[in-house]
Amino acid sequence: MADNIKMRAQLKGDVTELKVLMTHPMETGRRKNDLDEVVPAHFIQLVTISLNGNVVTEAQWGTGISKNPYLTLHLRGAKVGDMVAVVWHDNKGQSARHEIAVTAG
Amino acid sequence: MKRRGFILMSGAALLSGLLLPLRALAAVWNKAAFEATTLAGATQGLQVDKETPSADITVNAPDRAENGAVVQVEVISRIPGTEAIAIVVEHNPTPLIANFMFAKDAEPYVVTRIKMAETAEVKAIVKVGSRYFTAGKQVEVLENGCG
Repeated sequence: MADNIKMRAQLKGDVTELKVLMTHPMETGRRKNDLDEVVPAHFIQLVTISLNGNVVTEAQWGTGISKNPYLTLHLRGAKVGDMVAVVWHDNKGQSARHEIAVTAG
Repeated sequence: MKRRGFILMSGAALLSGLLLPLRALAAVWNKAAFEATTLAGATQGLQVDKETPSADITVNAPDRAENGAVVQVEVISRIPGTEAIAIVVEHNPTPLIANFMFAKDAEPYVVTRIKMAETAEVKAIVKVGSRYFTAGKQVEVLENGCG
């Protein structure tokens, strides 16, 4: 499911800038479709970011994050070649994971 | 301390290569806070008793958002020992948008895109130990993004 997450980690000075774009509908459970039926809530609840296997940031989300969520985070202490992984879990039990190496900025 | 347990648990899930089962996820996700329909309910769910305004937090967001479905927000905390940044929007159907928890190798910094139902203040609540600090930015919303 790696195609669900696009990401880039670039070392810029002391800080690694991580940019993440996830493909997800982020349905609030309040929107109605063309047939006037309520579309069930479907949203990412948990995002975990790790550096070389150690969790550095964890986010809990509600329905207020926009469709196809976007994130920028700054990590300390990473070197070129270190591995950054992003995992998300949604309220329907679906998940995706993607991992990339830190590159020189 | 709750947060530490949480991080360790998901760290273990990562190391074992297993993804978190739904039941475990339900246990960590702060249902009370995220499903609260008032700002007071959301902050109560986050166990925030008192928030102190702080000039060491910057919330960057547009003055006017054409479309409330996608409003880019940047939050920077310069308060030493920042553990978490929560983003809340008072006039949204569920005010709590997100809660980011940072371990020592992450800067207390985040950029993300949020939905806004109507003109409101985008507020960041920063957790430092058992204390909470806040800063906000008013955003005028021209089109509801909470469908």
